[in-house]
Amino acid sequence: MKPVWLIYRREMGAYLRSPLGYIVIAVVLLIDGLLFNAFALGSDTARKSSEVLKQFFYFSSGTTMVASLFLSMRLLAEERSQGTLNLLFGSPVRDYQIVLGKYLSALTFLGGLTLLTMYMPALILVHGKITFGQIAAGYLGLLLLGSAGLAIGIFGSALTKSQLVAIIISAAILVGLILSWLLALITDRPINELFTWLSIHNKHFQPFMTGLINTQDVVFYGSLTYFFLFLATRVLEARRWSD
Amino acid sequence: MIEVEGLTKYYGGKRAIHDLNFRIEKGEVVGFLGLNGAGKTTTLRILACLILPSSGSVRIDGLEAGESAHEIRKLLGFLPDTPPLYDEMAVGDYLRFVAELKDVAPRDVSRRVGEALELCGLTEVRLDPISTLSHGYRQRAGIAQAIVHKPSLLILDEPTSGLDPVQIGEMRELIRRLAGDHTILLSSHILTEISQTCDRLLVIHEGLITADGTEEAIRKRVASAGSDEGIIEVELEATGSGDPGPAAKAQCEKVTGVLAARIVRSEGRRISLEIEAIGDQRAALARTLVESGHGLLRLDRRSLALESIFQRLVHPAPPPGGPISA
Repeated sequence: MKPVWLIYRREMGAYLRSPLGYIVIAVVLLIDGLLFNAFALGSDTARKSSEVLKQFFYFSSGTTMVASLFLSMRLLAEERSQGTLNLLFGSPVRDYQIVLGKYLSALTFLGGLTLLTMYMPALILVHGKITFGQIAAGYLGLLLLGSAGLAIGIFGSALTKSQLVAIIISAAILVGLILSWLLALITDRPINELFTWLSIHNKHFQPFMTGLINTQDVVFYGSLTYFFLFLATRVLEARRWSD
Repeated sequence: MIEVEGLTKYYGGKRAIHDLNFRIEKGEVVGFLGLNGAGKTTTLRILACLILPSSGSVRIDGLEAGESAHEIRKLLGFLPDTPPLYDEMAVGDYLRFVAELKDVAPRDVSRRVGEALELCGLTEVRLDPISTLSHGYRQRAGIAQAIVHKPSLLILDEPTSGLDPVQIGEMRELIRRLAGDHTILLSSHILTEISQTCDRLLVIHEGLITADGTEEAIRKRVASAGSDEGIIEVELEATGSGDPGPAAKAQCEKVTGVLAARIVRSEGRRISLEIEAIGDQRAALARTLVESGHGLLRLDRRSLALESIFQRLVHPAPPPGGPISA
């Protein structure tokens, strides 16, 4: 596991030394703050605090998904375009270790970024009545959703040298998974059940917003993350021998 | 150290290299010579365990590349045509990262990084971000990453590419210093680089090895293959009035075996000519020039330059009497 740690450490350094990481942090915090102010706090009608918190997690899930794609688009595409993948491929490092090291660094960064939004639930907690359980469940949901987004992003990044093409591919997959509930509405059983199950947000994220942690949702995000990281590893292996 | 047998690589339907066979012994410095697109980089990438061949086998230190790529990667250092550098890292941090990645024992990392920095002349820029380095320093950092784990085999793909003459000299010196401790295989299309740095040459053209041996052995092989071509330098002193150059040139061109003659210098009454000829035609030329009334001051024959040998290897001359027609 030493190579995973080395790659993880280098990638964390790259996030902290390059402007991209800070730009993503700034934009996510700005958008989350504006949406929180406009929709969660700005409503004239009286609402329960738990409803306000639910709404916070709803729009945070959007910024988390977008951030996960931006944070992962460079991870392998940049290595290929700058020729540094030759260093990793020429070292005693397994392909899954490269993918895992990069995924864990992006997850750590995204996790840190998500934690920076904690001041908003804290404001609700001070001025209203919410449970710590709902906060914890909501953040677990955000982390799992972000983890799946990062895995999809790494898979897109493994496919091409271009970061732009990588993010377009990843975004297309993610949007497909978000909108699969629409396909479920116009298809018959058992196909519609598959589309419902694939619905990354409607089906699997919304319970976390209300404080519910379902095992099947956790398993879904875990499986999706594993599946796309596995695919990214296979793409990397294929590239190693075909280039 | 390296045994290559029947190595072939296709990219789709395009053949990059075909049936390469060669051996490189421990401690040798071998130059891999070929035009752009000849198959040098493909061969080096296979040897560096970066890509798999379509067929054939590579053994490095007794290990089969296909089966033991992971172990072989610990034994070799590779500088690709573009040095694999992370621009945002400082030079020293980058080398430390590479050393750890290449499985150098933790207690040895600092010492190895220090040695690589010193050997490559990077000590003064060790704290600088790689993005601020000049092209020459980037190339040195590329070599430093290839040697930081003290590999027994060093593969350098066009190490002098894009360097100015001073930097080329420094790089040549660096490779010579490394030669004692490593087996080195380096590629280039610059012939003088290869001849000044390497013990042995492998010439590749259109995916095939066309020559393998020392510079001298290859020179002799080209000569024995019917291309006993050389340059004869002639220095004359005019004895009569008028410009003797054109007349002397015409006389030389009449001698059997002379392919071409040209005047390279004309200073007062002294003329220098360069004559391309097959075989040693010095006696015939001396007789012709003296009989035609020229004062012969000097007549020397020199072998073909390495560039010319290379031309013969990649573009074989037609047999005497012109190309064979059906």
